[in-house]
Amino acid sequence: MGFVTAARLFNKPLFYTAYPITPASEVLHEIAQYKHFGVKTFQAEDEIAAVCAAIGASFGGNIGMTCTSGPGIALKSEAINLAHAVELPLVIADIQRSGPSTGMPTKTEQGDLLQCMFGRNSDSACAIVAPATPGDCFYMAIEAVRLAIQFMTPVFFMSDGYLGNGSEPWRIPLANDLERFTVTHPTDPATFAPYRRDPETLTRPWAIPGTPGLEHRIGGIEKADITGNISYDPLNHHKMTVLRNEKIARIVDYIPRQEVYGDPEGELLVLSWGSTYGAAITAVQKLREQGASISHAHLRYLNPFPKNLGDILQHFTKVLIPELNLGQLRLLIRARYLVDAVGLSKVQGLPFKVSEIVAKCEELLV
Amino acid sequence: MGQETNGTTNGATATLTRKDFVTDQEVRWCPGCGDYSILAQAQKVMPELGVPREKIVFVSGIGCSSRFPYYMHTYGFHTIHGRAPAIATGLKASRPDLMVWVITGDGDALSIGGNHLLHVLRRNVDVKVVLFNNRIYGLTKGQYSPTSELGKKGVKSAPLGVPDHPLNPLSVAIGAEATFVARTIDTDTKHLIATIERAAAHKGAAFIEVYQNCNVYNDGAFAYLTEREVHNERTLYLEHGKPMLFGKERNRGIRLRGLDPEIVTLGEDGATEDDVLRHDETKPVASLAYILSRLDYPDFPVPVGVLRAVERPTYDGIVEEQEALAIQRSGPGDLEKMFNSGDTWVVD
Repeated sequence: MGFVTAARLFNKPLFYTAYPITPASEVLHEIAQYKHFGVKTFQAEDEIAAVCAAIGASFGGNIGMTCTSGPGIALKSEAINLAHAVELPLVIADIQRSGPSTGMPTKTEQGDLLQCMFGRNSDSACAIVAPATPGDCFYMAIEAVRLAIQFMTPVFFMSDGYLGNGSEPWRIPLANDLERFTVTHPTDPATFAPYRRDPETLTRPWAIPGTPGLEHRIGGIEKADITGNISYDPLNHHKMTVLRNEKIARIVDYIPRQEVYGDPEGELLVLSWGSTYGAAITAVQKLREQGASISHAHLRYLNPFPKNLGDILQHFTKVLIPELNLGQLRLLIRARYLVDAVGLSKVQGLPFKVSEIVAKCEELLV
Repeated sequence: MGQETNGTTNGATATLTRKDFVTDQEVRWCPGCGDYSILAQAQKVMPELGVPREKIVFVSGIGCSSRFPYYMHTYGFHTIHGRAPAIATGLKASRPDLMVWVITGDGDALSIGGNHLLHVLRRNVDVKVVLFNNRIYGLTKGQYSPTSELGKKGVKSAPLGVPDHPLNPLSVAIGAEATFVARTIDTDTKHLIATIERAAAHKGAAFIEVYQNCNVYNDGAFAYLTEREVHNERTLYLEHGKPMLFGKERNRGIRLRGLDPEIVTLGEDGATEDDVLRHDETKPVASLAYILSRLDYPDFPVPVGVLRAVERPTYDGIVEEQEALAIQRSGPGDLEKMFNSGDTWVVD
């Protein structure tokens, strides 16, 4: 519903593609009900075709989107990198499940973070968002579409089996209260160049077929800055690689600052992401009631991280990162902020229990 | 892209010429490559199609042939290996107003991208697939391809001869129930142009196999067919409604004995033109087209032309119809209505 809404808010048709895979297929079944919203769905012959069709639709000026689970992401990687390289909007929803390989398809896990973050050849950052709750999926879907269009980039929307099958009471928004967005496509041949970037966001223009005078070619071969012509020039390649990745880094100025539940400084910060929100916040609430010096930050933006995250981390003696994997966010946080974060891992196909997080916090709060 | 030297069209088609479809990019195929001819003929045909230049998109995969979009001054998308049909499907299904071409090769379409080729054809997406078949991997410098002949020698990746049985692109296309299937030859420019025009006019997935010489890694790939002195004897030009005759004197023909084709010579053993098969592109059942696709040198002349041209609803057309039907049934989508559907309650 969030994606259907996003399409309406951006006044752009949604082209949704998928190959059947548990637990992501439910989304296809749901979205296929919304054809009267101008939503088109495409059940592809395989995961690769699904993402490719979405990219084709994006090239044509639609919101191209595909939805899958971990093994599907692996198959789509090359095409996602094409979207990164040519710089087209693309939303990839990953309803994570237990892996590796087929794993336990009906069971939840947060094992794909590093795959989404790095699982492509060469330096090729993509944006990543992760909803915290079933209701938050609605708003983060709109965010994923916003970032994809505003920055002409693939955006991962990382949910998981637990969120996908979960539910919660959701306060119905008023359609008119939701922010509308204007998408512009260039039309002036005199000023158009396929890779001339916006100086602030570094985004290139989204020129779509059917526009007279803007006929141009894009492709996976390295492109010359501005013109987009094929280029093997060494310095140009370095520059374009930096530009494509710097563009993703600059998203940081267009996402909200990280909020902290509890005091802005203290002994322990629980840092979580995705579907562990409920267990993590409840654990922190309980411990705070008992007087513990503990706070909670829940990440909904994973690439880039919110601007103030590093600062927040500095204000706590210890940081605990509970994850349904062997420490993927922890690896990123330690590398990025040189913070000696402690992990709490659970890879059983089950969500965290509050008591498990409480116990680990108590151990650290001694 | 670079500077525009050819002017813009602003939706007009009448004044366009071949030059309007030439880009300022240096063509990087090897000198003597058959791809030059295909590009030149395509650039000649485009102004004749009555489609505004900005409405035409060329999508390609990876390989020598797939460089094609860079040289064609329309919209273009050089994508990844084997996936052009899938990308073209998404483009056409979401933008039925565009004319979408897929440029591919034997490795791109039949090896790494075999799956997508089957599905774009069976769905009958209204895209035009042009497969440059040179029976070799040229860009990667000379490995055998899925159309290389069994036992073929002189291939870098199979020094003792190609161990794989080849695919026949036309048989594959017909097996996938493509609605338009044709073959042409890079050196027969007139026929090439006519075939591209026919594909362009077809409503639905069109598949053209172009026999194309790779003068570096598979030189003379089709010399058995294209050499002047043997061309007429070894080529069967298919024409709708006409008897399947070939040879310099046009005195030899194809006859069916049961399901097996055979060659007859008019006037010998009492054979007359009435015994010779008449070509019918429009047969709803693809049996004849399949039989024709199997004819090959040295036992038979090689069929060239349109093997099959039938009508079937297009995928993109069905998608549009379903959208219209959904709107007719439910009214145009209303966010407020969607939000308030399902299990709702009021909290005081």
